Amino acid sequence: MSVIFVLIIISLIVAGAFLGLFIWANKSGQYDDTVSPAIRMLFDDKKKEESEN
Amino acid sequence: MMLETIATEEEVKCYHCGDLCSIEPVVYETKSFCCNGCKVIYELFQDSELQDFYLNRTIVETGKFDYLNNGDISKSFIQFRDENFYKVELSLPAIHCSSCLYILENLPKINAGVLKVTVNFSRKTAEILYNPKEITLSKVCDLLASIGYVPDLSKKEEKKKILDSNLAIKIGVAGFCFGNIMLISFPEYLGIDLNEDAAFTQFFGWISIALSLPILFYSGIDYIKSAIAGIQNKFINIDVPIALGMIVLFTRSFYEIYHGSGSGYLDSLAGLIFFLLIGRWFQSKTYEELSFDRDYKSYFPLSVIKISNGTESSTPINELQISDQILIRNMEIIPADSILLESSASIDYSFVTGESDPVKVNKEEVVYAGGRLIGSKIKLQVEKRSSQSYLTNLWNNQAFKKEKHSVSEELTNRISKHFTVVILTIAFFGGVYWYLVDPSEIWKVVTAVLIVACPCALALSAPFTNGNTIRILGRGGFYLKKSSVSEKLPEIDTIIFDKTGTITNQDSKKSIFVGEELNDELLSVIKSMTSNSTHPLSQILSNSIKQTESQLDYFNEISGKGIQSKIGSTNYKLGSGDWVGLQPKQNTINKTRVYFSVNENCLGYFEVTQTYRTGMSDLMYKLASRWKLMVVSGDNNGELEVLKNIFPEGTEYYFDQKPSEKLERIKELQVKGHKVLMLGDGLNDAGALKQSDVGLAVTDDISSFSPACDGIIEGQKLVRLTSYLDFSRDSKKIIYKSFGLSFLYNIGGISLALAGLMTPIAAAILMPLSSISVVLFTTLSGNYIARKRKV
Repeated sequence: MSVIFVLIIISLIVAGAFLGLFIWANKSGQYDDTVSPAIRMLFDDKKKEESEN
Repeated sequence: MMLETIATEEEVKCYHCGDLCSIEPVVYETKSFCCNGCKVIYELFQDSELQDFYLNRTIVETGKFDYLNNGDISKSFIQFRDENFYKVELSLPAIHCSSCLYILENLPKINAGVLKVTVNFSRKTAEILYNPKEITLSKVCDLLASIGYVPDLSKKEEKKKILDSNLAIKIGVAGFCFGNIMLISFPEYLGIDLNEDAAFTQFFGWISIALSLPILFYSGIDYIKSAIAGIQNKFINIDVPIALGMIVLFTRSFYEIYHGSGSGYLDSLAGLIFFLLIGRWFQSKTYEELSFDRDYKSYFPLSVIKISNGTESSTPINELQISDQILIRNMEIIPADSILLESSASIDYSFVTGESDPVKVNKEEVVYAGGRLIGSKIKLQVEKRSSQSYLTNLWNNQAFKKEKHSVSEELTNRISKHFTVVILTIAFFGGVYWYLVDPSEIWKVVTAVLIVACPCALALSAPFTNGNTIRILGRGGFYLKKSSVSEKLPEIDTIIFDKTGTITNQDSKKSIFVGEELNDELLSVIKSMTSNSTHPLSQILSNSIKQTESQLDYFNEISGKGIQSKIGSTNYKLGSGDWVGLQPKQNTINKTRVYFSVNENCLGYFEVTQTYRTGMSDLMYKLASRWKLMVVSGDNNGELEVLKNIFPEGTEYYFDQKPSEKLERIKELQVKGHKVLMLGDGLNDAGALKQSDVGLAVTDDISSFSPACDGIIEGQKLVRLTSYLDFSRDSKKIIYKSFGLSFLYNIGGISLALAGLMTPIAAAILMPLSSISVVLFTTLSGNYIARKRKV
């Protein structure tokens, strides 16, 4: 049963890493605008097509 | 951003993006578009030579943004500057669909001076990089305005942005801790007794404590700070019981874990903070959505024309010095308390006082900041320095605060004031009782009472419900100023409609001149007269005349009568029959007419056929079954017969009402104990809107705005008024139900705790559960009813 000590610590570290990622993502502004990147991506494709033509 | 709107027959869908054309559709080649962006994209696809098309476009220089050429003003917008590289972030409220994004981000193709544009769709802003050697900020703004995206230069939201992302991180941390503490507490939830292996209990306990520290000292610190600030100001705010609960939970848990006597209640502490923060986030999102839709600050001027040594230059308002001379044009807001240098002027103070009649000011008298000039331009001498924030305060002044708090807010505040005291008393007497009966139970009972009696369910009810209601209504084109308004709507028993601009369409009206034919000169006089007036009829005439404006020497508008102007010695009058000097007998007419006279000689009249908004008659029949309806109009009774077709029997009509009479009529009704909802165009009935219990401005034009009203409803959405009213009534019921629900929790929980039947663990599980269930109840039932009512 004592393996639980290790497992819990590992699980906390893994979860903590994800928390850290979340904080980083938030601070780097990835959540500032959740709509336009999705739309922008589509436009970039179109532009390429046009230039290829 | 697809809004959930229910399509009705008369709504037009954009040919390009498929969104509903919310305002006036842009028509091009018989196809309708929701915005210029979509139209341009359409043109673009039609036109194979993409680059050429863009290069041929020219910027229309309006001069509207000239003040941005002033170094100090532009400095406040420019976030970053380099030799050939300036960065600005502009708020563009017109952004609303994917085409907008496309057109804006392709701006560098239209003008080479613009280097890069990055649109933030949800914030409706664009970050623009431009080369200052090739283009100025004012030209950038002109360029944006010329393609249909007029920048709103009054907003600076950077601070809020930081606050928002901080809150998100706080929620993230709280969620992380909450989840992990719950996971660790799992054996306990299942009733597995780990006491055999004390090491586990200790280990789990210490990890829980470690995990709860960030909750207490990072995520939840604002509540403790606010509670301390409240106590320092001798006011027990809603955060005091929350802070007390947090501290009790933490110290009790720490004590238990330290002594190995239990595992504490850190899971409920974490849950409490987590859900409270989510509630706060929900609220701030709601307000953000609202403030992005319209913010009255955007109507304040940033700069004003200063006259020094005979030359005019634009100056930022906060740089105005005493005894500076400034020039104010028609419909502009007076930025600072000043002395009038002209012989006379009419100033509309309705934004400040709610009084709609313009005040006449004579030479050398003081003109106060916040007033709006009606009539031809005037020169002023500044008496007192001013700033934007000063103007904002003016609009926020007492005149517009009908009630400080809504019923439920008051209730929440009152409960929270007494809550802590009552709970402490109950816990104390419970302790005394158990001391006499069974001293070993004291600790358990007292903690259970303190933990179970959490005020958060109560505290969350009103803000969650009201926030949700305002959000749902806002999505439907019905914007409420404050949450208290949504609680007042259900009390309404009388609905008063103004006619012009409210139930009639503001635009797409025709005017025919009946009488002698007018030459171009006269038409241009009429054009300039009407363009100076805000009356809906004036706007129709102004829009229908193509001639250019001519210079007027004198302008005066009398509400409810008409306009008078002079050029040289020629006297022009435009307005009602008796205004131009007709006998009352000749004035009995059946249509809305605007008479025109030159030197008291009536040349004829404009016959304005007003079209009524579609669906009005259905709406009125629906409304009439439950509310008393009234039409109070400043116009004559010409259209009574038409109105009778729209309004059901029993409707009262009042015509030829001056703004002050409209106000009196509402007062009369209120004295009789009626609650009045007034719908007006928000411009000529500011006083009446303010007097009514709920005053709503009906508007087709996003830029017209009346701070005297409690809410704004989009003209197209007026047909849904019944469902909006029903919805607000339902949401009020939801508040009371959720109040009841959380009271039930508290009373039930406290009784069980006092009886010694509830362990602190059960209390700790019940408490966050009650908060969650209240939040879920208000939000879900609100959304459900909104869907059912088709709001």
